[in-house]
Amino acid sequence: MNLSLATLLQLCVLLPIFATLGIVALRRHQNLREAVSIGTSVLVFYAVVSIYLGLQGGATIDVNWLQILPGLSLSFSVEPLGMIFSLIASFLWFVTIVYAIGYMRGHNEDHQTRFYCCFAIAIGSVMGVAFADNLFTLFIFYEILTLSTYPLVTHAGTEAAKKGGRVYLGILLTTSIGFFLFAILGTWVIAGTLDFTQGGVFPAGANTAVLGFILVLFIFGVGKAAIMPFHRWLPAAMVAPTPVSALLHAVAVVKAGVFTVMKICVLIFGIDLLSVLPTTQSLLYLAGATVLLASVIAMRQDNLKARLAYSTVGQLGYITIGALLASSMGVVGGSMHIAMHAFGKITLFFCAGAILVAVHKSKVSQLDGLGRRMPITMTAFFIASLGIIGIPPAGGTWSKWYLLMGTMDTQQWIILVILLISSLLNIAYLLPISMRAFLFKDPTSNAAVGIKEAPLPCLIAIGITTVGCIALFIYPQPLYELASSILQTSSIAHGQ
Amino acid sequence: MLAHLPILQVIVPLMAAPACLILRRPQLVWMFTLLASAIAFIISILLLQQVMQTGTISYELGGWSPPWGIEYRIDKLNAFIALIISGVSTVVLVAAQTSIEKEIPQEKHTLFYILYLLSLTGMLGIVTTGDAFNVFVFLEISSLSAYSLIALGRDRRALWASFQYLIMGTIGATFILIGIGLMYQMTGTLNMADLATRLPEVAETRTVTTAYVFFIVGVCLKLALFPLHLWLPNAYAHAPSIVTAFFAATSTKVAAYLLIRFTFSIFGVSFSFTTLPMETLFLGLGLLGIFVASTVAIYQDNIKHVFAYSSVAQIGYMIVGFSMSTNAGLSAMLLHVFNHALMKGALFLALGAVLYRVGSTQLRDFQGLGRQMPLTMAAIVLAGLSLIGVPLTVGFVSKWYLVVAAIEKGWWPVAGLVLLASLLAVVYVWRIVETAYFKAPVVGKELVQEAPMTFLIPVWILVSANVYFGIDTRISVDIATAAAQSLFGVVP
Repeated sequence: MNLSLATLLQLCVLLPIFATLGIVALRRHQNLREAVSIGTSVLVFYAVVSIYLGLQGGATIDVNWLQILPGLSLSFSVEPLGMIFSLIASFLWFVTIVYAIGYMRGHNEDHQTRFYCCFAIAIGSVMGVAFADNLFTLFIFYEILTLSTYPLVTHAGTEAAKKGGRVYLGILLTTSIGFFLFAILGTWVIAGTLDFTQGGVFPAGANTAVLGFILVLFIFGVGKAAIMPFHRWLPAAMVAPTPVSALLHAVAVVKAGVFTVMKICVLIFGIDLLSVLPTTQSLLYLAGATVLLASVIAMRQDNLKARLAYSTVGQLGYITIGALLASSMGVVGGSMHIAMHAFGKITLFFCAGAILVAVHKSKVSQLDGLGRRMPITMTAFFIASLGIIGIPPAGGTWSKWYLLMGTMDTQQWIILVILLISSLLNIAYLLPISMRAFLFKDPTSNAAVGIKEAPLPCLIAIGITTVGCIALFIYPQPLYELASSILQTSSIAHGQ
Repeated sequence: MLAHLPILQVIVPLMAAPACLILRRPQLVWMFTLLASAIAFIISILLLQQVMQTGTISYELGGWSPPWGIEYRIDKLNAFIALIISGVSTVVLVAAQTSIEKEIPQEKHTLFYILYLLSLTGMLGIVTTGDAFNVFVFLEISSLSAYSLIALGRDRRALWASFQYLIMGTIGATFILIGIGLMYQMTGTLNMADLATRLPEVAETRTVTTAYVFFIVGVCLKLALFPLHLWLPNAYAHAPSIVTAFFAATSTKVAAYLLIRFTFSIFGVSFSFTTLPMETLFLGLGLLGIFVASTVAIYQDNIKHVFAYSSVAQIGYMIVGFSMSTNAGLSAMLLHVFNHALMKGALFLALGAVLYRVGSTQLRDFQGLGRQMPLTMAAIVLAGLSLIGVPLTVGFVSKWYLVVAAIEKGWWPVAGLVLLASLLAVVYVWRIVETAYFKAPVVGKELVQEAPMTFLIPVWILVSANVYFGIDTRISVDIATAAAQSLFGVVP
């Protein structure tokens, strides 16, 4: 196929959205319907990889769709950070679809057509966020992402799901319309442009107090980054089916949040300006507090998915810290952590779902001795836990390493200490799960119970992401290169 | 023919009204009314095109030249408003016959269409005329027909609602008349352009100030600006659905037009905003209206009430734009006039469809409608998203312009408040969504079908317009900014 890179980029956004037509049309034929999903995800991943390879060759991409308001257009381009995000999201989409087929059928969920449709739209909008060339485009896809994931969160249709959905939508819309949009408008009025620009868009000499205020609005406004006190939506979203929690609330949605924060810090403010704003330091402490508090709360959760959700809140704080450190090491560490955490956390969620499907358990305290019944799942869980904690042989090691370097570079000693304590807390809430599974005896079991793993598609998915965790430890080079080129005005960055 | 377009805009619906009596059969009358409204719509498109290309059109009624004769004066502003009125009227009429079959007794159908056409005539007349007294005449035509239309509603509460509106509306009209009378006393002219040139000479007098205040209060009553909105919720809730859809999208817009016309073109910005403290007054009332009305909307159980209060809140947004007295603020207001007509037209028409099938618009009767009337409910959700101001809908465009205008003026807190207020809309829209999609229908209640095509087509035309003008904003933004510029540039 000889499609131009620009076409490929548009396909990334449009294919998933058009795939919904196929999914709806084939709603009576389960297998064909899922084939559409898988086929689309493969194509999208192929497209993203082609774009990546094209960029390595030094190409630039600029796509302009239409001008919505004067000076504000829907347009796309590719830069390294978006590349990282889109690579992860499209790859993990494919894996999650494989997993979802096993899960949704094994769990006999209703409304599967609606599920796959909304899923596809969500991924399309994630691609839109990843490739957005300006804040305006990013905001539009950010909102579509919120709205398209709402039916997924409330999938079960129960009272609890409705409540969860209310919190989910309430917080995400409140922050995005009340703060994020406000900040965008402020930026527009002050800078006169919303294009992502290397080194920032604000004119020199702009009032730093106002800019500091705008930064606060941005950080709170991007509710998907789950900075406290606007993190409640994430645990609330855990009422969703596990594949949703896995892909959307460990990867796509939350990463869209921190990705946006990172992009705003680097390409709207620019790290030079960021480091002199009066509010940066307090926001940094706020992110640090989020990291610590979330970890402490996670320790107290008995529900496995809730524990993972709070862990995610904490890990997102890491990435926000990386962005706010306003140093190249911080940006590199934060961006790498987007990838590392994605692989680790999605594996953990896959495992949680597998446990639910196979033995119908959802609480940490019920997992004693499970290692014998589900050895593959629990081994994967263990490795992924290491990834989140940040110790070898999993990829999380590298990103945390760079984040720590970043704090030292900028002499943020308090943040350094927070990161270290948090790593200990990570150990305290993640490892006991594996320990219970492998070292404790199942009080109810009789020896006769054999191995009972989740359906095969689930296991395949778990296998792939676990291998991913390890691969990122052994072979982090491409990721590092992408992350370190975010700050360079190389040919990759922005069209001109 | 083309030269007579300004008067044809008014004459066509006016003449069509009595002609309905000849046709008698409701189906025929309906088609005839639709035709008349469509012609008015086409005329308004032609007029707008003409105005955008060649500038203001002046038409001398009966060949008597102004200021002695009555002048019809079409500029960008009123051509735009006339387009909104006749456009919404035409789209809404498509559903009229189906809707009134269930809501109005057969023998009153012809009467309904006659009143509808007269009401349309009145609104178009107010907008097109260049004569201040003519404004009052058309205002009475539209108001009297509006009272009767509302009284046609299904139950006796409609009578009370109509009576309330009658009292308030008459007070408003009287105030307007007093205002116009005082202006005439001071200047000896009723022609708007003439008034605009003569008023500044006597601007320092108390009489002129009194005239302005009487006029503005009267208009604000018709506009349903908080706290003068008390007639509106009941009138909207108990009127026949078609009437509500039509009025919600148009009638307050006419009052908004009068407010703009008299403040900016006739009295002038410096008089209204420098001599008189209109800025603070309108800003305060606008913001208060937004918050109070949106909050009240959250606690309503009748969905027609919800959106009626929401209309009061939306008027608040327009008034906030108005109070800025800047080019950007006025553009934002005009854009919102247009966009709000699209949203509320779609919403109230969809509610009409619900009423047609379910027989009620109480919130509890929405249970399970997401499954039973998927297309109607999807329309309500989309129009609701537009009301909230989600990107890619017209509501977003309005919000964007309004907030940018506020920030440009340095009103940061106002910008923040406007954005926060949209969250109240999330709450009242989402109550409907949750009830319709998550609650199972009440056991033992009959399941209903999707609304008939005569409803779905106009509803979805309006919903598509909500999305279309949210993505391709060239037309609406260009006209609104051009109209705003013309108001700040030259006197009409």
